[in-house]
Amino acid sequence: MTETLVAPSRKSSAQRFASTLLTSRESAIALVLILVVAFATIKQDKFLVSNDGWRDLLLAPSILLLLAVGQAVVIITRNVDLSVGSILALTAYLTGRLFVDQPNIPVVVVILIGILVGAALGLVNGLLVALGKVPALVITLGTLYVYRGVVLEWAGSNRINASDMPDGFLSLGTKSFLSIPLLTILAVVVLIAVGYYLRTARGGRELYAIGSDPDAAHLYGLKVKRRVIGAFVLCGALAGLAGVVFAARYGSVSSNAGTGIELQAVGAAVIGGVAIFGGSGTVWGAAIGAWLLITINRALPIIGVQDFWQQAVVGVLIIGAIVLDRLLAVRRSRKLIEARDEA
Amino acid sequence: MKFNKKRASALTALVASAALALSACGGSSDSGNGGGSGSDGKAVSVTFLPKNLGNPYFDTSDKGGKAAVEEFGGKFTEVGPQEASPDAQVPFINTAAQQGVGALVVSANDPKAIGDALNEARDAGTKVVTFDSDTDPQYRDLFINQASAEGIAKVQVKMIAEQIGDKGEIAILSAAANATNQNTWIDLMKKELAASHPDIKLVDTVYGNDDDQTSFDKTSALLQKYPNLKGIVSPTTVGIAAAARYVSDSDFKGKVKVTGLGTPNQMRDYVENGTVDAFALWNPEDLGFLAAYAAKALVDGDITGKEGDKFTAGKLGDYTVGKDGVVLLGDPFEFTKDNIGDFDF
Repeated sequence: MTETLVAPSRKSSAQRFASTLLTSRESAIALVLILVVAFATIKQDKFLVSNDGWRDLLLAPSILLLLAVGQAVVIITRNVDLSVGSILALTAYLTGRLFVDQPNIPVVVVILIGILVGAALGLVNGLLVALGKVPALVITLGTLYVYRGVVLEWAGSNRINASDMPDGFLSLGTKSFLSIPLLTILAVVVLIAVGYYLRTARGGRELYAIGSDPDAAHLYGLKVKRRVIGAFVLCGALAGLAGVVFAARYGSVSSNAGTGIELQAVGAAVIGGVAIFGGSGTVWGAAIGAWLLITINRALPIIGVQDFWQQAVVGVLIIGAIVLDRLLAVRRSRKLIEARDEA
Repeated sequence: MKFNKKRASALTALVASAALALSACGGSSDSGNGGGSGSDGKAVSVTFLPKNLGNPYFDTSDKGGKAAVEEFGGKFTEVGPQEASPDAQVPFINTAAQQGVGALVVSANDPKAIGDALNEARDAGTKVVTFDSDTDPQYRDLFINQASAEGIAKVQVKMIAEQIGDKGEIAILSAAANATNQNTWIDLMKKELAASHPDIKLVDTVYGNDDDQTSFDKTSALLQKYPNLKGIVSPTTVGIAAAARYVSDSDFKGKVKVTGLGTPNQMRDYVENGTVDAFALWNPEDLGFLAAYAAKALVDGDITGKEGDKFTAGKLGDYTVGKDGVVLLGDPFEFTKDNIGDFDF
């Protein structure tokens, strides 16, 4: 991604692929992830090789992975969606409520309702941001509180318990197919679909263009508003899906479900190399970032890091990612200037 | 327990009803006495005022209160706001005072906000008993305390000791690292373990922040970090449910015991599928029952609420008023497979 920009023609596609693989942020983060898993496994082999360890390694990140993919798409357009935690809480509680009020409702219908409600809430965000021309940070900070307020009003002190939901639904949260948990498969399918769209589809490339320079994108004739709204709808829909998944996995939902998870989603995207000012990064990176964040949280206690220090480690990781991002950007711009001066 | 969610919508209803109550209240301080505290041989009227209506926990406690009142031949009423906001109970207190009820049994939404209203009611001759959640002591005659810190610590140590055969490694999954209640209990549990259970080793205390997800992940980390772990004690309702959920579909089910403080509705699945043998909490029904009897004793003039006063609460037996007018319900109640079906809260 760096050298190839300067001189794309001198390398074969295989060489380019190899150098991208070696120098990309995604592989750097993946390497850190592998190291974390390796360390934890050396310390306590059950981290990887026991049934529960293997399952948790794959299953635990699936909720954050869904949120991080949506968040990455929004951040790529130079926006941010802070309301995903509240959307998750709303759809998670809605999921429980649907099972309580309509005991015979099919699971598929509940999943679809969760996605649709999430998409609708995302649409509200998108409309406010795109039409109101207000920074997404402000709008979604507002809807973070509004949506959370709705959950508080609705749920109050009630909580959804495991006994309120059918076993068939709850087992989605734990069942595996060929020793890969169902929820992980779901998250990876979503990841591949979104990643493929961003990389190859015209609409996906336009999102990058908008994030790189919104004004230029507008002057070029791109439908900036429509694309931005679309990104928020996608992010909301994925948060809605994550809410349903949350209910299935944890089996209990209270009004404070998912509080603070929006920052983890932003953190995962940033760690995974999605530039916070838009225009660059991939959902693959965000997904690996989510995986790393969750896994590091699970591994630190096993490695022996005190509870209180674990959050600090995550903070260092985020700052490190941003510093790295900045260094790479400076280096890249210097190279580009050199290349221009030589020409 | 978390029952105090503030909601704005109650405000409208509150303003309306408060206006009504206040306007009617103008000259009632004299006539209140005329209505009389129904003490002189008449049926004792007791009004229960929970934090809010439609809350299964208070439905259970009020059921106990009703049973007690019927037992001693009094008149039971239950009133309450829809939402548990700080001052939503004020109009109900004013109304009860005007009606001249003998005693008001309140679970306070706020230790101060309803204080003035309660004192007005007391001036008018109504006895005030708080339960579950206290006001500042100057606003009430008695507080029925559901459990003492010592009792809670003791019952949790007892349960885990029974479940793991009084030997092996255990860990604690708490709420937030700075949660006052939990930290007090944990300290007392450590003392109790050191004093009476030398073969049980507490290997770690982790904090799930009363968040389903964090508690769940901390449970998984505990189980991996300590392969010889025999039990997890979680003195918080969120933590115990999350730990039970994790253990119930892991390889550790049946090998690692989960216990602590929880509510029957939360824990029903895990008790029925054998993950959890027993967990504890106070019995809200007994709490309401005791509060009703305490109210009667006050109205009848058997006690005044000072330290050392004694009264009898039907099937629950004899109670003594402690310091600051506090009556302790007793040891926490253990919920097991055999009795969990009787509870719905």
